[in-house]
Amino acid sequence: MNRKKHHYKKGFIFLLLSMVVLLSGCEQMVVFDPKGPVAESQKDLILYSLIYMAGIIVVVFAAFAIIVVKYRDHPNRKASSYKPNLHGNKAIEAVWIIIPIIIVTLLSIPTVNTLFDLEEPPVSSSDKEPLVVYATAANWKWFFSYPEQDIETVNYLHIPTDRAIEFRLASAGSMAALWIPALGGQKYNMAGMQTVLYLQADEPGVYDGRNSNFNGEGFTEHTFEVYAESGDKFNEWVSEQQETAPNLTQKKYNKLLEPGLVDRYTFSSTHRDWVQHGTLEDMDYTIERFREAYETNMHLENDGEQTNNEH
Amino acid sequence: MQLDEFFVTGEPLIYGGMVAIALVTSAILFILTYFKKWNWLWREWLTTVDHKKIGIMYILSALAMLFRGGMDALMMRVQLAFPGMNFLNAQHYDEVFTTHGTVMIIFMAMPFLIGLMNIIVPLQIGARDFAFPFVNAISFWSFFFGAMLFNISFVIGGSPDAGWTSYTPLAGAAMSPGPGQNFYLLGLQLAGIGTLATGINLMVTILKMRAPSMKMFHMPIFTWSSFITCFIIIFAFPILTVALALMTIDRIFGSQFFTLTGEGLPMMWTNLFWMWGHPEVYIVILPAFGIFSEIIATFAKKRLFGYSAMVWSIVLIAGLSFLVWVHHFFTMGAGAFVNSVFSISTMLIAVPTGVKIFNWLGTLYKSKIEFSVAMLWSLAFIPSFVIGGVTGVMLGMAAADFQFHNSYFLVAHFHYVLIAGTVFACFAGLVYWYPKMFGHKLNERIGKWSFWFFLIGFHVCFFPQFFIGLDGMPRRIFYIAPEWFTLNFISTIGAFGMGVGFAIFVYNIYYSFRYSERETTGDAWNNGRTLEWATAAPVPHYNFATLPDKVGYDALLDMKEKGETTFDESKLEPIHMPNNTGKPIIMMGILAFASFALVFEWVTLAAIGLIGTIIMMGIRSFDYDDGHYVSVDEIKRTERAARGLNDE
Ligand code: HEM
Ligand SMILES: [Cu+2]
Ligand SMILES: [Cu+2]
Repeated sequence: MNRKKHHYKKGFIFLLLSMVVLLSGCEQMVVFDPKGPVAESQKDLILYSLIYMAGIIVVVFAAFAIIVVKYRDHPNRKASSYKPNLHGNKAIEAVWIIIPIIIVTLLSIPTVNTLFDLEEPPVSSSDKEPLVVYATAANWKWFFSYPEQDIETVNYLHIPTDRAIEFRLASAGSMAALWIPALGGQKYNMAGMQTVLYLQADEPGVYDGRNSNFNGEGFTEHTFEVYAESGDKFNEWVSEQQETAPNLTQKKYNKLLEPGLVDRYTFSSTHRDWVQHGTLEDMDYTIERFREAYETNMHLENDGEQTNNEH
Repeated sequence: MQLDEFFVTGEPLIYGGMVAIALVTSAILFILTYFKKWNWLWREWLTTVDHKKIGIMYILSALAMLFRGGMDALMMRVQLAFPGMNFLNAQHYDEVFTTHGTVMIIFMAMPFLIGLMNIIVPLQIGARDFAFPFVNAISFWSFFFGAMLFNISFVIGGSPDAGWTSYTPLAGAAMSPGPGQNFYLLGLQLAGIGTLATGINLMVTILKMRAPSMKMFHMPIFTWSSFITCFIIIFAFPILTVALALMTIDRIFGSQFFTLTGEGLPMMWTNLFWMWGHPEVYIVILPAFGIFSEIIATFAKKRLFGYSAMVWSIVLIAGLSFLVWVHHFFTMGAGAFVNSVFSISTMLIAVPTGVKIFNWLGTLYKSKIEFSVAMLWSLAFIPSFVIGGVTGVMLGMAAADFQFHNSYFLVAHFHYVLIAGTVFACFAGLVYWYPKMFGHKLNERIGKWSFWFFLIGFHVCFFPQFFIGLDGMPRRIFYIAPEWFTLNFISTIGAFGMGVGFAIFVYNIYYSFRYSERETTGDAWNNGRTLEWATAAPVPHYNFATLPDKVGYDALLDMKEKGETTFDESKLEPIHMPNNTGKPIIMMGILAFASFALVFEWVTLAAIGLIGTIIMMGIRSFDYDDGHYVSVDEIKRTERAARGLNDE
């Protein structure tokens, strides 16, 4: 008997310890360290749900531990504590149906609210028009077109802070998902259709973004970096690119589109002049050109450095 | 076609796999030949229509698949242990996680549970057999050949690499050329036929073959959970069948259902896949709930708390499982309203699930808990599954899921439910019913070692992953960034702990086979409550010599009180049983050959194979063999020997 009890204790202490160690690392985890209102609202929702979840866990674990210890088959137990035919109790069963329903309701309300909020640009910047960026995933790189500024970047992104970014997502190949955890959650990029994702940065900084939806061999390196900077600095960057960057020709674009990994590029025009991957007519643009290219294996190895940090 | 296109070349790990396969196969062939066991194997096993033997073959295959999927898992965990690892390259990693996920769900979890259902359900309802024993053999062989077809892909032709979800257009012919994805499609299709047939077969068995007078609401809870699972199978699997067929036609015959060309609808696959896929996860969890309920009642020595609430919650979960599939792609941009609806329906599943958790606690309350190995697995399930459940609710909150989706948070969550739910249940059920299947128990002391290694390894492996996910690590990447090192390393250590636990479990099978005391009574744990414990050990192939009448809830308890047995000599009558037949294995072997040919797009060969299968079906329909009778004398002799009664 003693040995068994010992086991449980060990397991329990271990669990507690690991909880403490892991939770103490919380502050640094990106999702809990939001840099913009969208990620902020998602963090709030997660923390809100965590309170209820912790409550459930505490109640169930405590009840479980007490019952298992108390009702183990033990020589000096009172005979009256064993009721082999006890098999129901309407009142208590009602309680454990009603309480979860209440919890689910309490979780649903903020979930639904947040869902509807996320479909609009964040309120904190409602005085400014959102900056429109077409984010196109191709195997395995990112094209960011700024239609108003008439520039296009490959595998990196500059955005102004305190202004909503309206990402218009599409894919030039297999399905991808644009995810910048520090700024907020993701949405899918799909060929032949367009989805809209609003994100915003409140703090200047460099954030990791990536494709989070598996799309083949280059998936791990299908990443980009986001440079969030003040509106002025952003405008400076834009005019610099408009002046210095070369034009994007269709030939060059097709070359970049070919399945494989490429470096960063900047252009002073966008590919939207001749192809819009988010529309049905253009959804086969890449496939028609590069069908054979998918047959070659890249033999992609872990080169020990992250593509992200090369800039 | 060149030989080096047919066989996979250039990977030391795969050469190792080939050598291992060759060695194991020749060893098996040698042993069978040396000990002159071919005939025995054919007569007793390959041609059997006995539901218990078929169940055992299911479980053995599932254990082999658990080993294979587990090796895949360890390979992935090794690759992810350090940021600088180059153990697997990108392509190979993709193949490994794809085969791991598919093997675990389709060829391990489901067959393991179906194996247990095969053995136990007829016994629990006092039936002598399945409603359609021949079809049951077909089901097994279609699963078996499906699994083999899928498994050879890694040495012949190349493994699929588009994930177990095989999203189009990635999985389409253009972006995943070569036979790999065809192996996925045809392996699953072949196995799926068997699953669907089992669903129908078992459902009819439960409805029509119950002991006279056993009411639906007197059925043991495991039978109930199997029954509801059959409903899910019958409604969900046709969706998979159609989806797989459409993608096969896309890939092999150039149609454009899911392509980026010719007005294809790639997203349609995602919908179809999860309309099957979400119910599928309940196919592997509901029977597990049933198993835990049986074990907890037995080793708590107490009647199950809230039996009818348990049944209704299973029914409710099954119903809801068809209404939540969109939660697998909240991020598709369907809009706030659609996401809200599916978000709420998802969270609602937590309510009946919670009812079950509390009913198990209610069963333990005022009980007398005996910590046998089967009970330990069942007890460990409760807190572990609660962690999986609450994180499931968090994932169900669509706005939060935008951050969780495709991250390690998700990986941690689904392993928490699949392992703490399904795998623990498979182990628990196997240990619990082992004496019914093999006539001896598994060693309890070794069993406990295996349990603790696996349990602790499991938490060490998957708990940190919640945090790696919140730190932005996506699933399916083949190497990690330096900042994710510590938690990943811990996770890998845990995975090896589970590996050790599994190895001890397998060793226990060998050890117990050699040294365990043989069973003399049918009621191996002394506390059996349901009819399966009323048969002799080993269970005669006709199951029950006489069927008890007036069967109520916890039928065996009643019988014990009234001093009845399932061997009442005065009531013996000859029993009709079906004959063994080689047709199922041959028929499915030919179909597997056709599928293999189709994988390589050898359409003529495939057509020949298909015709062969149809011919076999024709032969079968002119089969007038209607079985044999077991004589009263033989029943007497068998039962007396099994029950240790003296011949007067
Ligand atoms: C035995 C210990 C296990 C370990 C260490 C393990 C580990 C892993 C790892 C490392 C991945 C890949 C994660 C990624 O890179 O995205 C994975 C994926 C997966 N695992 Fe497991 N796993 C285990 C058992 C299971 C079991 C028992 C099941 C199902 C019953 C299962 C189902 C899956 C599925 C469905 C996937 C997703 C595959 C995909 O992304 O296509 N695993 N597992
Ligand atoms: Cu879409
Ligand atoms: Cu689901």
